[in-house]
Amino acid sequence: MEQILRNIGILCVVVGLFVFTIIPFLGTYQLEQKTVLEVVKPEHYEVIDLLFEPYYGKIYTNNVKFISTLEDAVKGYNNEQRKLENWDKVIYDDYVFTLAKSSVEGSVKNNPIIFLLSSVGLTAFGGLIYMIAGFFEPKRNGSQEGVFHSSMKNRGWLGILTGSYLIVFYIVLYWFPAYLVNLTEMVNPISLILSGQFAGQWFLYGFLYTLVILVMGIRMLINYRDNAYQKLRTLSVMFFQLSFAFLIPEFLMLFNMPWHDFKNIWPLDYTFFYAYRLDGMLSAGSLGLFMLFWGVILIVLGVPVMTYFYGKRWYCSWVCGCGGLAETAGDPYRHLSDKSLKAWKIERYMIYGVLVFAIVMTGLTLVNYLFEFGILNDSTQMLHSWYGFFIGAAFAGVVGTGFYPFMGNRVWCRFGCPLAAYLGIIQRFKSRFRITTNGGQCISCGNCSTYCEMGIDVRWYAQRGQNIVRASCVGCGVCASVCPRGVLKLENGEEEGRMSDLPIIIGNDSIKIQH
Amino acid sequence: MSSSIKKNDRVVVIGNGIAGITFARNLRKSNSEVSITIISGESQYFFSRPALMYLYMGQMKFENTKPYEDWFWAKNNFQLIHAWVENIDLESKKVICSNGHQENYDFLIVATGSTPRKLRVEGIDLIGVQGFYGLADLDLMEKSTKSISHAVVVGGGLVGIELVEMLLTRKIKVTYLIREAYYFGNVLPEAEAKLLTQLIQSHGVDARLSIEIERLEGDVSGHVVGVHTTNGAFIQCDWVGIAVGVQPNISFLKNSRLETNVGVLVNKYFESNHVNVYAIGDCAEFKEALEIPRGNIEQTWYTGRMHGETLAFSLAKEKTAYSPGVWFNSAKFFTTEYLTYGHVPVMVQEPLRDFYWESSEKDKAFRIVYEGESGRVLGVHSLGWRIKHQFFDRAISEQWTFEKVMRQLHKADFDPEFYKSISKEVVKNYSNGSVLKNKSVKSLRTIFKNWF
Repeated sequence: MEQILRNIGILCVVVGLFVFTIIPFLGTYQLEQKTVLEVVKPEHYEVIDLLFEPYYGKIYTNNVKFISTLEDAVKGYNNEQRKLENWDKVIYDDYVFTLAKSSVEGSVKNNPIIFLLSSVGLTAFGGLIYMIAGFFEPKRNGSQEGVFHSSMKNRGWLGILTGSYLIVFYIVLYWFPAYLVNLTEMVNPISLILSGQFAGQWFLYGFLYTLVILVMGIRMLINYRDNAYQKLRTLSVMFFQLSFAFLIPEFLMLFNMPWHDFKNIWPLDYTFFYAYRLDGMLSAGSLGLFMLFWGVILIVLGVPVMTYFYGKRWYCSWVCGCGGLAETAGDPYRHLSDKSLKAWKIERYMIYGVLVFAIVMTGLTLVNYLFEFGILNDSTQMLHSWYGFFIGAAFAGVVGTGFYPFMGNRVWCRFGCPLAAYLGIIQRFKSRFRITTNGGQCISCGNCSTYCEMGIDVRWYAQRGQNIVRASCVGCGVCASVCPRGVLKLENGEEEGRMSDLPIIIGNDSIKIQH
Repeated sequence: MSSSIKKNDRVVVIGNGIAGITFARNLRKSNSEVSITIISGESQYFFSRPALMYLYMGQMKFENTKPYEDWFWAKNNFQLIHAWVENIDLESKKVICSNGHQENYDFLIVATGSTPRKLRVEGIDLIGVQGFYGLADLDLMEKSTKSISHAVVVGGGLVGIELVEMLLTRKIKVTYLIREAYYFGNVLPEAEAKLLTQLIQSHGVDARLSIEIERLEGDVSGHVVGVHTTNGAFIQCDWVGIAVGVQPNISFLKNSRLETNVGVLVNKYFESNHVNVYAIGDCAEFKEALEIPRGNIEQTWYTGRMHGETLAFSLAKEKTAYSPGVWFNSAKFFTTEYLTYGHVPVMVQEPLRDFYWESSEKDKAFRIVYEGESGRVLGVHSLGWRIKHQFFDRAISEQWTFEKVMRQLHKADFDPEFYKSISKEVVKNYSNGSVLKNKSVKSLRTIFKNWF
């Protein structure tokens, strides 16, 4: 029975992904002068009109040809201006996505729902069918059997293929979104209902992201159906992604408010203090002021207070969107994290490095903003583009998610997230959270370390009978769940005795050893 | 404090299991200069033996079973020799390896662990019949179960059920022969043993109770094709796992003059009959039996660790006798964890009394045994409920009464957050009014305290 369900599921996923992958290449593109007039800023209109004139009315059946033609035209013009040192004439605005979106015609645009159902819908359906098979299998209670025999989960060809696909998708999404206009056409109807606007690449991304968390969240709920902690935690990330990160921001747009994710916190939300965000909030009435106030409260009060009582898990594995994806879609890859001491050393340099970068950048940005760009001029602009490229897109996106099948599901959270760094400092030095160990029961089997997505060598502590207090622990609770001897427990408790360096391995009355 | 190991002494440990490694590490901690050599034929580096089953099940890989990274050994100045020891020359203080290597010692620690106990039945040496203890057994099993469809496992103990579980993950049909009336019936009271037997059966295992193996049958190529049981049945199969316990792995000592019985005979200081030669862990046999249920030979992971740390302390600091505290142990049967503290006998008879609780779904159980007269608690165990070691170690060693333990039972809860509190269930089922009254006041405060 379960094998039949699994096979049907796999078939649906494969077909759905195939349709999803070919959609960008369907349809035709035809650029019209009036589109250019609508899309392009008045100051650029004359130039662009001249550049694109030869292509007006032509029908392109190949999106690569169409997009590269437009891009080459602009690029050629820009190069010429640069050569002449006419810096102010260079066009930095990227019109290609919007132009492509307005120029595309064809079956996807005409039948978005059919394509949505047969690509994303079919994949999600297949995934659900596959997971429901888990119900017919014996209860798992922490078991992770078969993980290292799986091509998908243990860096086999399926894993490599999945990772490569994700990486390509992220690169196209961030830097070549014009190729995805057909996919955005497909989700237009949903975007129109939610925000009253046509879907852009970020709506497409948000939609897919939320769907993945929901579907893979159901997988978590099935696989960990004996574990109340895992179930609640998963429901929590599903809820926060669906409402706070997806629906509410879209509804805000419907009411002409700035897009805002109320659970995102600076410095993860690194644009929070950027001029356009501040201006947006300040000009959005009392709700806008609340956004600003709430965002600052979260930074100065929310993070320290909540982390003091519950550890950083309250955010990282219960609320956060990156954490939400890591804990659902990333769960099959948690064992791929590097547990070596060397990785821990690299981790500390990197994550606190990013935190410092974010703080310096934000500080300068605020100074610049308060002095109305009188002192630093456009220099913060450059910092923003560097941070956006290397940290925001390349690290958090391409590496953060695309590397799931290669380096585990928390690469970004562990090595890069500045908010995780901030939460971690509080967790390490002032919190009631810890993982306690059960006396002398540890058998050093290493299941806990193997399945720690943050690469913490949990066993190192457990076999010494020592509480685990680490800045990076996101409190996912899987170490406690895979432990076959009931040794580990996530707890909030008295601060006293939390970080005992005098572990007790009880049971030996001959001596009392301090490890 | 006087240490018997001097700066320039050469300490050689045979065996890199938990006992030998714990000894070596603890010795190194108190003495950074002494030369420590660890010899093992099984593996270059220390790994966790209880994790071997997870390798077969694809839940871990060998790398994950090593508690310390490979650089750890050189950094802490341990010399590791990957070779089998053939003999010991006690006169000239030399360890002789099968590859010709010889190692001189001033102190010798024998920590060679166990080997599967062999059944003396016809056909036991057929191909496809094996025990399960070390890396070699795992490799053999990996190869010999590649294309089989039906396996027989013999032995209703902890390794037996591991084998059953392992085989099931490869979709191999398993017939399980258990000598006792129920699984683990030589350790657990009938109710718990019954519960576990049902659990095993619920996983599709053909468990045959009160049955032993009589002989094995092979084909012309010497490969096992089936087993004959004591009730006259013949079970066709292409693989047989024998898990009827382990015995000290000391056959390499048979030509030495070290005094042995089942294991290397030692006193409570782990001293053998030969000066500066010690034995620890599974291979050591105490001349004087330890308190029930420990006996003369201790074969658990943590006792190996305790032997190691005690001997290291004894040699590096001051001579100390081994004195284990309250007995404890744990295991996991499929999805059900088992934790035990103190002694719970198979049959609870006067003057002992007990209280037993079982969940209605029959997946959780708890038993507490006490002296009827004094009420003093002697032991507890649980199935499917994580209970705290610290709590029961204290309760039993401080001789708490049954009433006192039950009143504070919520402090023993070690299940993850948001789990239904088993201690409440247990106490609810125990119908002593005074216990309940005291508890409710306590729990209100606990709820408040645990709120954050």
